[in-house]
Amino acid sequence: MSDQVVAFDSAPATGLARLWRGAAARRFRRNRAAVVGLVLVLLLVLVAAFAPLLAPYAPDAQNLRARLRPPSAEHWFGTDEFGRDILSRVIFGARISLFTGLVPVFAASVVGTLVGLVAGFYRGRVDAVLMRLMDVLLAFPSLLLALAVVGALGPGLRNAVIAVAVVGVPGYARIVRSVVIAAREEEYVQAARALGAGDGRLLLRELLPAAFGALSVQATLGIGFAILSMAGLSFLGLGVQPPTSDWGEMLSRGRRFLPDSGWLLLYPGAAISLTVLAFNLLGDGLRDALDPRG
Amino acid sequence: MTLYVLRRLVALVPVLLGVTVLVFVMLWLAPGDPVLALLGETAQGLGREQLQALREAYGLDRNPVVQYFDYLGGVLQGDLGTSVRSSQPVLSELLSRFPATLQLAGAAMAIAILVGVTLGVLAAVYQRTVVDYLAVVVALLGVSVPVFWSGLLLMTLFALQLGWLPASGYGTWRHLVLPAAAVGISSSAFIARITRASMIETLRADYVRTARAKGVPDHGVTLRHALRNALLPVVTVVGLEFGGLLGGAVLTETVFAWPGVGRLLVDAITSRDLPLVQGAVLFIAVVFILVNLLVDLSYALLNPRVRYD
Repeated sequence: MSDQVVAFDSAPATGLARLWRGAAARRFRRNRAAVVGLVLVLLLVLVAAFAPLLAPYAPDAQNLRARLRPPSAEHWFGTDEFGRDILSRVIFGARISLFTGLVPVFAASVVGTLVGLVAGFYRGRVDAVLMRLMDVLLAFPSLLLALAVVGALGPGLRNAVIAVAVVGVPGYARIVRSVVIAAREEEYVQAARALGAGDGRLLLRELLPAAFGALSVQATLGIGFAILSMAGLSFLGLGVQPPTSDWGEMLSRGRRFLPDSGWLLLYPGAAISLTVLAFNLLGDGLRDALDPRG
Repeated sequence: MTLYVLRRLVALVPVLLGVTVLVFVMLWLAPGDPVLALLGETAQGLGREQLQALREAYGLDRNPVVQYFDYLGGVLQGDLGTSVRSSQPVLSELLSRFPATLQLAGAAMAIAILVGVTLGVLAAVYQRTVVDYLAVVVALLGVSVPVFWSGLLLMTLFALQLGWLPASGYGTWRHLVLPAAAVGISSSAFIARITRASMIETLRADYVRTARAKGVPDHGVTLRHALRNALLPVVTVVGLEFGGLLGGAVLTETVFAWPGVGRLLVDAITSRDLPLVQGAVLFIAVVFILVNLLVDLSYALLNPRVRYD
């Protein structure tokens, strides 16, 4: 038990812990843009959670007598070419959007963190090989890498999620590696090692928490980026497939009805922009709060 | 400088090799038989023996390492394989589409730098005023608004409603304006952000204060003394942003029916033309890597200290 106590007491105030402990939280609260971002994200989560209650119609309910209707009292955002209610589809699209934002970021951060931990902790040849691999992934423009993965695996939601996750991995790996390299020489890590902590324990209990702050910033900004990338893939017809309510897919179909049916484009596009903006504001706010020098 | 260039070129070799490995591996990631992936629908419905014969003919039954070096040898000689759909050499398909992408990327980059640097300088000079906040908002929107959506909005307004410019197609400068503006404005956001930060720092520097003390007028200080030095970090960002710009070009080419490499790639993915997908991915990645090399070299040219690191 003694090593736990030592490790806990001497651990620096890191990441999430610091966020809750006063100074960083105060800085965050004072940052109006960051608070707006947080509120927008919370709203999005609520809309996604209560979509069936909020949507006036079922997202897939077709009404062929009300095709391509402009916004009205009955259909606030208008209807599409099958007479489906755009507002309801935009509301349900929040679910897919959150899913396609969170899942790739979660997968990428888990894999990237493992790579970064191992590379930074063991250094030497393991580090060299892993980091060269990350360099190669970074040598591709991100959307191109996603397209390469979808090109190999085939279009579809699952493969697009994998693609966007692959794009994210090197970012997390690099961040975690740099934190680990700096932290492994710190006294609290040396102390835990001297008390007999094994590699696994050092990595997960001592070094990983040190990276939480940087990871949370990268992940929040990553969600916005993932949503944007997924919307792009779906727009190209390579991501979410019809009839699922997805903002990118709605834009892809809606553009065929230009210029007469502009509302088909306006609302899904605004929804994507607002969502990505919210995560960007939140991510920037987190970064400023956790690292006041930055 | 020659030594620096050589060093940078040598450092590129492992990255380029890694890129070819990844592109080669794509064939093995594809679901099903690699022969089917390579030949597409033409190989559907063939018997097991015919497939085996094709596998041998394409050398797909050999050790993957041998196959990779065979592939690499081909790539080095400009052989990127044959398109399933058109039966044309992949490289000639890519080269016929490249000028269009180059035009779009070049024009977009020019717009991105012009808009980004202007916004960044204005925001820094008028720090904490309405101008600054506006610039920050524009920069935030630039990274949040999907480029294919802003492209569609520009197209709706300027082509379909006002009729000032063509909605799609290729050939004249008028066709170029809308797609280049869509990509360029979206890429300008990051440049604006870095320019602002770098400019704020430079405006506080001692030599800028000295210049002011000597009575150099404001715009002279801003443009001649501060901006020239503030632009150094911006040069690096321009290289990085070029990747985003190429990605934006892929999406924008689809919006505006622009006959570039990006649209070729998307069509190839949709029609499961794997050799063409591999070729296009490799081609765009190499262009991206070379552009970044050029940016790094120009940085070294502008800032001699870098060369001695």
